[in-house]
Amino acid sequence: MTRALKKYFPIFAGPTVLAFLIAFVIPFAMGLYLSFTDFTTLTDAEFIGLQNYKDAFGDRSGFVAALAFTALVAAISIVTVNVGAFALAYLLTRRFPGRNLFRSVFFMPNLIGGIVLGYTWQVMLNAILKNWGQTIVNDWRLGLLGLVMLVNWQMLGYMMIIYIAGLQNVPKELLEAAEIDGAGKSRTLRSVTIPMVMPSITICLFLTLANTFKMYDQNLALTAGAPLNKTQMAALNIVDAMYSKVGQEGVAQAQAVVFFLIVSAIALIQLRATRSKEVDA
Amino acid sequence: MSTSTSTPTAAPATTARAAKPSRHYGAGTPFLVALMTVLSLIWLVPLAFILINSFKGKFFISGAPFALPDGETFAGLDNYITGLQLSGFARAIGWSLFITVGSVAVIVLLTAMTAYYITRVKTWWTSLLYYLFAFSMVAPFQMVMFPTVKIADMLGLATPWGMILLYLGFGGGLSVFLFAGFIKSIPLEIEEAAYMDGCSPLQTYFRIVMPLLMPTTVTVAILNAMWVWNDFLLPNLVIGQDERYKTIPIVIQMLIGSNGNRDMGAQMAMLVLAIIPIVVFYLFGQKHIVEGVAAGAVKG
Repeated sequence: MTRALKKYFPIFAGPTVLAFLIAFVIPFAMGLYLSFTDFTTLTDAEFIGLQNYKDAFGDRSGFVAALAFTALVAAISIVTVNVGAFALAYLLTRRFPGRNLFRSVFFMPNLIGGIVLGYTWQVMLNAILKNWGQTIVNDWRLGLLGLVMLVNWQMLGYMMIIYIAGLQNVPKELLEAAEIDGAGKSRTLRSVTIPMVMPSITICLFLTLANTFKMYDQNLALTAGAPLNKTQMAALNIVDAMYSKVGQEGVAQAQAVVFFLIVSAIALIQLRATRSKEVDA
Repeated sequence: MSTSTSTPTAAPATTARAAKPSRHYGAGTPFLVALMTVLSLIWLVPLAFILINSFKGKFFISGAPFALPDGETFAGLDNYITGLQLSGFARAIGWSLFITVGSVAVIVLLTAMTAYYITRVKTWWTSLLYYLFAFSMVAPFQMVMFPTVKIADMLGLATPWGMILLYLGFGGGLSVFLFAGFIKSIPLEIEEAAYMDGCSPLQTYFRIVMPLLMPTTVTVAILNAMWVWNDFLLPNLVIGQDERYKTIPIVIQMLIGSNGNRDMGAQMAMLVLAIIPIVVFYLFGQKHIVEGVAAGAVKG
């Protein structure tokens, strides 16, 4: 059977593989190469070794500052999103009227795209801040606060869904046994429920981390990095260097490679942490 | 890569709709309902804000942004009319729909076939392909951004049709991965029986295998639809400069983000129009969407 199928590669896999080569494999290889060159387009690249990487970590690129700001947003969001999502999931797995409606409401913002979502928050926060004669771009701390609120609004419902699934898989017998043994609600939560949903917690922590790290649209829409690029996150910094600065293409590409390595490292650690079984093609 | 089996599948938000007898509600129920009501209302504030202000005259928005429109400030549909005229929004809806529907159809059809092929034909290069597809899920777009956009330009792909091919290429990894995970669980015996009866590989695939893939197809379709519909950077770089081919996120970015027009009313109206299709989509397919999006958690 396999032998008969094997000849059908052009029909079954041909189009996808071709598109994959054009939109991913070849650009990836080129991107890697270009990060060691000085270029303005694909055909004028001159090899310059590690200079782009040195420049990427220099002061002028603002890349390190952007990474630090990204890490700050991620660190705060990981805590707030996951504490909030777990609390909501914990309450919304109890039985009470209307709980499915509440779940739907909390999940809904997750479907709205970053640009639309970012501008929705921008106009609203600016309307609020106007009472103090401020705007979101006046002070980087306001931008940080806005980004964290936005990330929470977008991701909390999503993580809540994963926690709900985890909580529903906790065996009833365990909870009943804990109750019979005289454990109170908080004790059961601490000693039974949370250990049982550890896999969900791991997934959600990494999802929050990875999603926040790769965030671009929301950052662009809410502050676009203002004031003075102090609220610029890593992805925005790279795109900005690539398309808005003159002669920084090589540096931008080197930054993209570093960014890729960081995101991959996060994914690899996640893979270890979730201890998933090996997959075979 | 993590497998889909290690990911908790989402609780269908609506399966428990059949009302539980009220005697099963706990003692704290009224308090819980009240708390959740307040929290959900807070959650809806950003949406309520743009909706309310989209009906106010543009000069009244900044004065009392959280007030409901009244006789003086109510502007009817003026903001919507202005916004639609300013931005070419109607056409952007058309292109967003075209690219989204086209990409989802192409991705669902072709990545399922690819996944079938690389799962059933086992050689070193199908394994390599599988790992490359899985690998592509991790790479951030910025890594391939510059070459992809240049290559798309050179190959004449800077059109909405070309966007479909780019989405297949850049986003196909996740879809192949999800389909492959499911195909592995389909017993070979069914297909072997079809071969015995004289089916060609194509007949076997389309008559026997494809119908079995339905649950994953729904997941893949929803994940890609949400991604393509909301995606901004790739289309902005590839077709965003072309006056003819703007998508909704590109138009929103142009209208609000750039230094252009500062008509607050029109901005609010366009944000509302951008969100309405998503809310409608959500209302119709809520159960599948919640399940599908959570299944995509493997993407990480």
